[in-house]
Amino acid sequence: MMDLMTLIPVLDSTIRLSTPLLLACLAGLFSERAGVFDIGLEGKMLMAAFFSAAIASVTGSVWLGLLAGIASSMVLAGLHGLASITFRGNQLISGVAINFLAAGITVLIAQHWFHQGGRTPSLIGAGRFSPIELPLAGPLSGVPVLGPVYSDLLSGHSVLVYIAFLAVPATWWVLYRTRFGLRLRAVGENPAAVDTSGVSVVGMRYAAVAICGLLCGIAGAYLATALQAGFVKDMTAGRGFIALAALIFAKWRPWHAMWACLLFGFLQAVALRYQNIDIGGVVIPVQVMDALPYILTVVILAGFVGKAIPPRAGGEPYVKER
Amino acid sequence: MDKMPKWADVVLIPLISLILAAALSALVILGIGEDPVAAVKMMVSGALGSTYGWGYTLYYATNFMFTGLAVAVAFHARLFNIGGEGQAMLGGLGVALMCLYVPWPHWSLALIGATTLAALFGAAWAMIPAWLQAKRGSHIVITTIMFNFIASAVLNYVLVNLMRPKGSMDPATARFPEAAHLPTLHDLLAPLGISFSKAAPANVSLLVAVAACILVWLLIWRTRLGYEIRAYGHSETGALYAGISPVKITMITMLISGGLAGMMAINNVMGEAERLVLNATEGAGFIGIAVALMGRSHPFGVFLAAILFGFLYQGGAELALWTSIPRELIVVIQALVILFTGALDNMVRMPLEKLFLSLRRART
Repeated sequence: MMDLMTLIPVLDSTIRLSTPLLLACLAGLFSERAGVFDIGLEGKMLMAAFFSAAIASVTGSVWLGLLAGIASSMVLAGLHGLASITFRGNQLISGVAINFLAAGITVLIAQHWFHQGGRTPSLIGAGRFSPIELPLAGPLSGVPVLGPVYSDLLSGHSVLVYIAFLAVPATWWVLYRTRFGLRLRAVGENPAAVDTSGVSVVGMRYAAVAICGLLCGIAGAYLATALQAGFVKDMTAGRGFIALAALIFAKWRPWHAMWACLLFGFLQAVALRYQNIDIGGVVIPVQVMDALPYILTVVILAGFVGKAIPPRAGGEPYVKER
Repeated sequence: MDKMPKWADVVLIPLISLILAAALSALVILGIGEDPVAAVKMMVSGALGSTYGWGYTLYYATNFMFTGLAVAVAFHARLFNIGGEGQAMLGGLGVALMCLYVPWPHWSLALIGATTLAALFGAAWAMIPAWLQAKRGSHIVITTIMFNFIASAVLNYVLVNLMRPKGSMDPATARFPEAAHLPTLHDLLAPLGISFSKAAPANVSLLVAVAACILVWLLIWRTRLGYEIRAYGHSETGALYAGISPVKITMITMLISGGLAGMMAINNVMGEAERLVLNATEGAGFIGIAVALMGRSHPFGVFLAAILFGFLYQGGAELALWTSIPRELIVVIQALVILFTGALDNMVRMPLEKLFLSLRRART
């Protein structure tokens, strides 16, 4: 149906659109593996998107923007930690509050600083992440099949895209090959056991929530300074929830998370490119593509296609026995 | 023995949380270079200073009563229904179908018909997550979030491809016929000799919402089913031991909750817009969470909290109109209310409990 030349642009935008999903999904993975549910991925991304764009536009440096984005996302992560770890509040309600907080405060500050109806000025030059040419992308582009795949599809993305995909093996390594990862997973399954062995449950969970904030920060900064050129109101547009869906779809495992995000990114890319898809006379409306990530997640959650079992202590505040 | 008196739990803690949220909101207003006192004055005069303002305040409050009750009922069974938004969207579809395709002789019959189908559609949309929770153990928070997005895709499809009148570019249904027009508070109060603003959208649905508050109170505290719901919410194992079926309670509670959320549509779709548009719910489903938390899941508390949020919404609209404070200020206030009354509840509760304990010790 589609040859390589029509497929490559779709796959190219799949990679672009998967990147924020992947970063947010890995963020959620760290948090939820440590037993802290996080439905506030969306809010943290949005906050980071605004502050990265705002600082990048004021200073002209996208790297300062990235730092500001990460910092703002980590502040919200800290708030989530305070509510759900220290004060043992409801983690879901805290996530809902964080989403609203970000949705409101970004527009308020944007209006106060820039007076452009809740957006930042468009980023130009060094205020944005520019594409990176992978080595030999030029000379190799003439090679049949491999050339276009390497130089058009894999090369020419911003540095954050490569960071996101490198974060997958890194996450796997941290979780399954380090002492920190073992403890982090244990805290999400059986915190009492970790406590007995003399490791601080609270400390581990704060660490996980902080990593979650860091990754959400990069995801938000990518949205505003690489994928697009500036912040607009509600620009995350539900991506935090698609990332959450991908996390469940992947059953809380890093490599599977990457494939889930690529799948959901592909659906977004197709929905963007084609309005209604005609497959042999049957027209699939664009709304089906929009809803498919959520429908697939519900199916997975229902356990009809393999059961998604969350970390056992997820959502439960840990109360030390006396 | 309880750590503190009941009045402290019911009145003092929500009050302190509210004061904290208000103080932080004032700081936010200061932070964006505006005067909080002037802002509050403008909100009060805009939302409560005229029958026009009251008409909008009560209109918003009607929405929030329905969605607040929806969340509150689910809370009693310790279920968190985040899907009020999607259920209200589907309720809107039910209202539109009833109003457009049934030739009603009188608005009162149309209201009964529309309320029934709105509640049925909302309940149906809550039924699948409820069944998945009860039978397959899928986390209801996640499934209801997913169903919000699916609902908006469904509504988008229906409005764009099926219900849009020919030749119209706007993704919305045709206008409802005159017979389905609900009387506004102006129409209702005029025979009593009270003049109420004609332009304000508050309508007879407000009375339905108040009736719903009373019925939910009766259900939760005066019926066997309500007792079972509360027992299940208190302790699942205890309820099981008492012969209460978790599957039954989960299903029934979520059906009631979804039905209440769906019923919101008689206010915003039938009472105000008089046609179904995209994004008709405007986030009211989520505000239900804040309303239920603040109202401590009690129907009377929900009633009061809904009016407070109605005031905030109308006041916020006035601020956006006359000052440079964007409407999003309300979203921030809403977030702070959810944060303090919900997630950070223990931050207020723990020191207060200590205080009451030491007071009691000092007395004995």
